[in-house]
Amino acid sequence: MSTIKKIFGLYGDDDDLMNGVKAFNAKGIAIAEVYTPFPVHGLDVALGLKKTRISDAAYIYALYGLLLGSVLTWYVMNYDWPQDIGGKPSFTWSRNMPAFAVPMFELMVFCAAHMMSITFLIRNKMYPFCPPQNPDPRTTDDKFMIEFLSDDVESIKQLLVETGVEEITIKDA
Amino acid sequence: MSGHYEAPIREPLIIGHKTYHDISNDIARPIEERAGKLWWVSIYVALILFIYGFGCIAYTIGTGIGSWGLNRTINWGWDITNFVWWVGIGHAGTLISAVLLLFRQRWRMSVNRSAEAMTIFAVVQAAIFPVIHMGRVWVGYWVFPLPNQFGSVWPNFNSPLLWDVFAISTYFSVSTVFWFMGLIPDFAMIRDRAKTPWTKKIYTFLSFGWGGKAKHWQRFEELSLVLAGLATPLVFSVHTTVSFDFATSVIKGWHSTIYPPYFVAGAIFSGFAMVQTLLLVARKVCHLEEYITIYHIEIMNIVIILTGGIVTVAYGTEYFIGWYSGSRYEDFTYLSPGAATGPYWWAFWALITCNLIIPASFWFKKVRTNITATFIIALVINIGMWFERFDIIVLNLSRDYLPSSWTMFKPTIIDVGVYLGTIGFFSTLFLLYARTFPVIAQAELKTILKMSGKTYKAKEGDEHH
Repeated sequence: MSTIKKIFGLYGDDDDLMNGVKAFNAKGIAIAEVYTPFPVHGLDVALGLKKTRISDAAYIYALYGLLLGSVLTWYVMNYDWPQDIGGKPSFTWSRNMPAFAVPMFELMVFCAAHMMSITFLIRNKMYPFCPPQNPDPRTTDDKFMIEFLSDDVESIKQLLVETGVEEITIKDA
Repeated sequence: MSGHYEAPIREPLIIGHKTYHDISNDIARPIEERAGKLWWVSIYVALILFIYGFGCIAYTIGTGIGSWGLNRTINWGWDITNFVWWVGIGHAGTLISAVLLLFRQRWRMSVNRSAEAMTIFAVVQAAIFPVIHMGRVWVGYWVFPLPNQFGSVWPNFNSPLLWDVFAISTYFSVSTVFWFMGLIPDFAMIRDRAKTPWTKKIYTFLSFGWGGKAKHWQRFEELSLVLAGLATPLVFSVHTTVSFDFATSVIKGWHSTIYPPYFVAGAIFSGFAMVQTLLLVARKVCHLEEYITIYHIEIMNIVIILTGGIVTVAYGTEYFIGWYSGSRYEDFTYLSPGAATGPYWWAFWALITCNLIIPASFWFKKVRTNITATFIIALVINIGMWFERFDIIVLNLSRDYLPSSWTMFKPTIIDVGVYLGTIGFFSTLFLLYARTFPVIAQAELKTILKMSGKTYKAKEGDEHH
């Protein structure tokens, strides 16, 4: 039987949580997850999280949207059915392009914003009717939860108490 | 803690002695408690207007737009006036949530959620007008470049009217996504304290399983920042494109190079006026006085002074150039000596009074920190900005190039009904929102409690002395 346990510590304040995270880092104890009601400033650095690449993805989506806008305006106005509207003929895309700037820009923003949001949901494994991912409902209100996966329950418990934790729960992993 | 330090000279953004839990309670209260009498009365009035307007829209579609007061000279009337008015109102929300996020304005956190809701609901109203103006609404989808079997009929990408289709639909959908993504953590808060199984189910659906993990918060903040970066040019592009509908035409008074910046400033001006109108009521009804403080109201009034100032300069320029051009036609444009003294003098002076003279009283601190005065002036600006669009459209068209075509515009009961109907629809949506959605971005607000909360600021001040 595995002796690995899930240990949850519940802090009542974000400053206590940050001190706790720093204390565990100093001891070299790995933190499995932290649940907070709001983005705590500096927590991602303290936990050693890598910079998210979601904005890089948005850049690619924006380029895709711009390309879509370019191809669409070229196909509609210059390739499929070119017309001479008001003495301004549609022969080359390069010379007609300034008139297409607005739809091209809008498609760029449209693709970047929507696809980035979808990426965010997929990466977070979030979807409609997804059961709550936080183990304790109080962590969306005013409590800050730290989670460990370890067999060394006693030393973690001791350090949690030392850093001013309000509540400790231990579950089988 | 030093990370939470903010200069004590700055006004606190959250007053009262609040804890994180108090914020959750205050934001969840309107959702969890039963609605008051005022809410029920308001929603009944709004629904009656909405149903009346819906009937008028049905009549328009069944009979045709001949049921409106349009004539051969004035072929755009209340419909486009109302369209531009609603789009303009829809500008403050995304400005507050996106542009002010990039500028790190913390006061926006108390007002951005409702302002964005207002944006989305206003754009819905705006979209109704061009769609029913098409006459045959059932072929409305032809405005989109869809593959078709009509020998390939495509929309004309050279036309500013088509640019507008793209601008408004993108603005609507991106604003909605931005709004919804920000709502997820707040829906999760409501879900985690829900008592009845149905509430739990609904908010579980809406919160997408949000748990507030550290990595998720990191991505959330990045998402908000990039969406704000994307929405910022969008705010400016939408009303610029709306102004192109006029500015690229050959109608006197419309083909003006000043239009894009002037329209954007006017839109933000009217948008903030509508935010004040709605928030001053919501603040009272939902008891949010400790989050939407006098300081918030004052700072939004200062934005109104700024954008109102830009609009004033634009009016002055238009008026001067109308006279200076020496063109006979320019003497009848909506900002000209001819307009001030002609048959539409009352519309001209309504615009000047409501947009320039009365809002100028915000220069006095006593006025801009007074709630009643703010509410009344905001209403006056809403009326004034409606007149601005009415003047641009009806006044300019009423004096054609051919004096024999000169005429006046008289709205029919259907025109009035559709307009009142959109006000009813808008109010219905906003009232439902105020009872079911977290009206303040509480997760964001909690991040500044220790920085800008009154209790914490007082403590900081003591420590630093």
